[in-house]
Amino acid sequence: MPLEDYTIVIGLEVHAELMTETKLFCGCSTSFGSEANSQVCPVCLGLPGTLPVLNEKAVEYAVKAGLALNSDISLLSKFDRKNYFYPDLPKAYQVSQYDLPICLGGHVDFIVNGEKKVIGITRVHLEEEAGKSVHSGATITDSEFSLEDYNRCGIPLIEIVSEPDLRSPEEARIYLETLRNILRYAGVSDCKMEEGSLRCDANISLMPKGATKFGTRTEIKNMNSFRSVQRALEYEAKRHAELLDRGEKIIQETRTWDEASGVTEAMRSKEEAHDYRYFPEPDLVPIVLTNEFVNDLKDNLPEMPVAKYHRYITEYGLPEYDADLITANKDMADYFEEVIKHYKDAKVVANWLMGEFMRLVNEQEVDITEVKVKPKHLAEMFALQDKGVISSKIAKTVFEEMFNTGKDPATIVKEKGLVQITDASEIEKIVEEVIKTNPDPVAEYLSGKEKVLGFLVGQVMKLSRGKANPQMANEFLKKALDQLK
Amino acid sequence: MSLIDKKTVERVADLARLHLTEEEKEDMTKSLNEILEFEQKLANLDTDDVEPTIHAIELKNVMRKDKVEESLSIRDVFLNAPDEAEGFFKVPRIVELD
Amino acid sequence: MELINKSALELRDLLDKREVSSREIVEAYLERIEAVEPKVNSFVTLTKEQALKDADKADKMIKDKTATSLTGIPIAIKDNLCTYHVKTTCCSKIIKDFLPPYDATVITKIKEAGMPILGKTNMDEFAMGSSTETSIFGPSKNPWDLERVPGGSSGGSAAAVAAMEAPLALGSDTGGSIRQPAALTGIVGIKPTYGLVSRYGLIAFASSLDQIGPFAKNVSDAAALLTLLAGHDRRDSTSLPLEKVDYLQNLGQDIKGLRVGVPVEFFAEGIDPEVESNVKNSIKALEEFGAEIIEISLPHSEYALAAYYLVATAEASSNLARFDGVRYGHRSKEDRDSVTMFKHTRAEGFGPEVKRRIILGTYALSSGFYDAYYLKALKTRTLIKQDFDEAFKKVDVLITPTTPSPAFKFGEKNKDPLAMYLSDIFTTTANLAGIPAMSLPAGLTSEGLPVGVQIFAPALKEDIMLNTAYALEKAIGSIGFPALEV
Repeated sequence: MPLEDYTIVIGLEVHAELMTETKLFCGCSTSFGSEANSQVCPVCLGLPGTLPVLNEKAVEYAVKAGLALNSDISLLSKFDRKNYFYPDLPKAYQVSQYDLPICLGGHVDFIVNGEKKVIGITRVHLEEEAGKSVHSGATITDSEFSLEDYNRCGIPLIEIVSEPDLRSPEEARIYLETLRNILRYAGVSDCKMEEGSLRCDANISLMPKGATKFGTRTEIKNMNSFRSVQRALEYEAKRHAELLDRGEKIIQETRTWDEASGVTEAMRSKEEAHDYRYFPEPDLVPIVLTNEFVNDLKDNLPEMPVAKYHRYITEYGLPEYDADLITANKDMADYFEEVIKHYKDAKVVANWLMGEFMRLVNEQEVDITEVKVKPKHLAEMFALQDKGVISSKIAKTVFEEMFNTGKDPATIVKEKGLVQITDASEIEKIVEEVIKTNPDPVAEYLSGKEKVLGFLVGQVMKLSRGKANPQMANEFLKKALDQLK
Repeated sequence: MSLIDKKTVERVADLARLHLTEEEKEDMTKSLNEILEFEQKLANLDTDDVEPTIHAIELKNVMRKDKVEESLSIRDVFLNAPDEAEGFFKVPRIVELD
Repeated sequence: MELINKSALELRDLLDKREVSSREIVEAYLERIEAVEPKVNSFVTLTKEQALKDADKADKMIKDKTATSLTGIPIAIKDNLCTYHVKTTCCSKIIKDFLPPYDATVITKIKEAGMPILGKTNMDEFAMGSSTETSIFGPSKNPWDLERVPGGSSGGSAAAVAAMEAPLALGSDTGGSIRQPAALTGIVGIKPTYGLVSRYGLIAFASSLDQIGPFAKNVSDAAALLTLLAGHDRRDSTSLPLEKVDYLQNLGQDIKGLRVGVPVEFFAEGIDPEVESNVKNSIKALEEFGAEIIEISLPHSEYALAAYYLVATAEASSNLARFDGVRYGHRSKEDRDSVTMFKHTRAEGFGPEVKRRIILGTYALSSGFYDAYYLKALKTRTLIKQDFDEAFKKVDVLITPTTPSPAFKFGEKNKDPLAMYLSDIFTTTANLAGIPAMSLPAGLTSEGLPVGVQIFAPALKEDIMLNTAYALEKAIGSIGFPALEV
C-alpha cells in the first residue's frame, strides 16, 4: 500500500551543547575551532586520579532550557555513569543522568500546514560530550585508523528526548527548527548543526493507518542539517513501507544517513546487546535546587518565539507573515528590536530586513550576528529617506555600502555624493535637458499619451544618476511639458 | 549449583573489554562462583524498606564557577601517548573486522 | 646520633634546634633504604636526587623561618598517588611507565610543607589485595619476618615505616588498605573520615570508599601528618568544606569517662587467640585509665564484607575502564581494530586479581543482576551505617582487632581469593560507613609478630579517636622495631 496509508511515527533525541565558557566538569575552554588537543586537562583527558567538579552555569542553562520547553524542573537530580568503550570516550564512561534527570516532561508547539502541533518532551538531561574522531578514510568503515581530538570532550550537553508524537519527516524538521529557535531564544545554546553543537538522532516506525500498536523502529544517526533530517526520514519511511508491503520484517537497528548517496545504511557492528551498566556517579554529589532558584530563572527567562510573535502583531502592528518570519530567527528578532529602538515605523524596518537585508545576508553567506550594519545606522538611513536626503533607490546603494563597510549612512552619502537633488533650479535644468534630447516622447505626451511621462521621469533620474528627488522630478517635468501644450 | 557459567563470564568479559584465555575463563568461572556463593548471604537480608547509600557523607550542590582555567601543554597531553600523529591520539580502525 | 630511630616530631625538634639538617636526615634514610631494600622491597621508585634537593629547600625554609610542622621530614608515597613527572604505576603493567602531568592534592601539600619525598612505595596492583603479592614488582616483605606479608594493599608504605626506611608514609584505604598493613607491621595507620582528605590525584579503586591516610611510628606523628593532609579541596566534589583542625592539640587529654564500645561481633569466630588476648589487654588498659567499657552490637557487621566486595568491585570496574591503551599506558600489539586492541591491552596489562574484580564488578552492575547485587549492597551499606549511628549514641569510640590474625606467610592466601578477602573482615565497615578508623600496635604474639588494635570513631571525630589511641599507646608502650639484621 502507498506510504499515505501508513501512519509514520517519529521521535527525536536531540543533543545541544550549552554555551558555557568552560566544560561541564573542568575549567578547559569550550571555544570552537582550536588546535587539536589544545583544550584538554587531566580531568577531561580522563587521566587516572582526576575528579569532576560541576560547572554551575551548565546547571543554570539546563534548567533554563527545561523552562523554555515547559518542563518540570527536578528539585533533586543526580549524575550517573554510562559505561561503554569507545576511543573518543576517555574515561570509558560518560557522566550522564539516568533515573533522576534535571527536567521531566514538557512540550514544543509549532504550526505545520496551518495546523497547530504539540510535541511532548519526555525529559531533558545534562551530560558530557565525547571527543571527536577524525577518520583516515572517507567513512569510518573504510578507515584503517582514526585520530582522536579531545577538545570537545567534556563540553556540557543537554539531551532532549521527544515523545513519538511526530507524524511526518517534515514535522520532524520543523520540530527541530523550532527547538533550535527556543534554545537560542533561551540563550543556552547556539545550536549550530554545521559545527555539531546541535545534533539529532531519530527513531522512526510505521503502522497501518488506524492501528494503535507501533511498528518496529529503526534509529537513524549522522544527519548533519535540518534538511538532511527530513530527507533521511523520508528515505527511511519509504524503505519501511516497501519492506512492509513485501511482507518483510523491519529489523530493529541503528542506521547511518549517507548525505552524498541519500540513503540510510545499517551500521556494521558485532552482535552485542548494549548494557551501559548505569550506576550513580560516586565522584559527584546530588544537585538540590530550590523553588526560589527555579522561579528566579523562570522570571528572567528571555521572551520565547511564540510570545514574541504575538507581541510583534499587537505591539508593532506587524502582519502575521512578517512577525512569523522575523521571530523565526532569534538573531533577526534581536536585530529588529534594536533597530526599532531608534526608528518607530516597524513595518518599514520589517520590510527592509525581510528584503534587502536578507538578500545580502544570503548572498554573502554571513551570519546575522556578524552583519556589519549597526542597527542604529539602519535607523539613521530610514531617517535620511524620510527627510528626503536620499531616495529609496539610493537607499539600496547606501545600504549595500553600509553592509560591506560598516560605515554610517550619512558618511557614505557624503563620501559618495549621494545626496538627493532637491534644488529646484538644478532639477529644472535637467528637465530642460531631457525635453530637448527626447523630442519624440515629448511629442507623444503632448498628443495625449500621458503614459510616456514615466519614461521621461526615468530619463531625469538617469541623468541625475538617481539623485533627483523623484517627486520633484515628476512635478517639474509635468509643469514644463504642460507649458509646451 | 552454579551461580555463574562460563558463557556469562565470556559475555561479562566482553562488556569489560577483557580478552580471556580458555584457562582464564575456567579459573574465573570457578572463583567467581565461590565469591558469589559468599555473596548469597546478602539475599537473606531484608532490605525492602531500606534506601541505598551512594555516598557515606551528605553533600550537595558542589559546583564551580564557569571560569576558564589553563589547559595542559601539548607536551604533557602526549607525554604518555602510546601512539600520536599530528597532534592527535592515533587509534586502530574503529569498526571491528569480522 | 641514630636519626632513623627517631619519630618525625623528634626529628622536627632537632631541625628546629639546628642539631641536624634535613639533608642529613634524608641522607640517613637513603642509606637505610640502600641497606634494607634488598630484603624488604618497600619501594618501586626512589627519588633520591629530588629528595636531597627538597631537603636543601627545607633547610632554607627552616633558616628563613617559613617552616611548618613537618618541614624537612622525609616521606614515602604509595604508588597510586600521582606525582608530577615521577612514575606512578599502581604496581600494574598497564601503567608501569605512567608519568602524571600533575600532582595529587596531598602531594602538593607535602611539597608546599617542604617534606622531601623519598620515593614511591609498593602496593597490590591497583590496591586490590591484602599482601602486596599482586604487585608486578614482586611483594614487599614484613620487616618482622621476611617470610611473611606486610599486609596490603599499602604494604610498601607500611613496610617502609616499620623497616625505618621512612619516618612517615602515605597510603590509601578502601577496605582496610592502611589499617591492615599497619597492624601487620606494628605501626600506626589512619583511615580518615570520607571527605576529610582530598582524593584528587589518588588513582581510584572504589571512589565512594577510598581515602588517603598517614602511616607513622606513633600516634603523634600520625596526627601531625593527618593535620597536614586534611582540608577542603575544590578539585574533589566529595571533599568536606571544614575548618582546619590541629589533631596534635587534643592529644594527652584525660580519657576518664570515655565510653568505649566493644562490638561483640568482632570477637566472635575465627579470631586468632593471641590477637584476641592482645586486644583485650588494650581494652583493659583503657579501663584502667578510667574509660567506661560498654559491650555493644553492630548486628549487620557480618554482611559488611559481602556488601563491600560488590560496591568496591562495581566502582572499580568503571574506574579501571579508562585503561584502554589510547591516551596513556600499555597498548597491545594485537591492534587489528580498536575493540581487539582494547581487549588485549587490558588482558596483557592487568593481573589476575584485577581482572577477577573487574569481571565481578561488571557482573554486579549488568542488566538483570544490578538489583540483586549492586543495589542490594548499597542498601546493606545503609544498614551498616545505621548500626554505627546507633552505636555512637551509646559510646564515643569503638575498639576491635584490626585483623583476625597476625601477618600470614607468602602464598598462604593468594591462591584462594575468598580467603584473602576475609583479611578485610574487620576493616571494611568503616569504609562503607565513611567513618574514621585507625590501627595501632597492641603488642606482639609469642612468635614476635605485631598485633593491631583498631579504633573507630564517629564521622569527623578524629580528635577523640586519636586521643584514645594516644592513651592506649602510652599504656601499651612501644613494641619496638624489627631487628632486621643488616
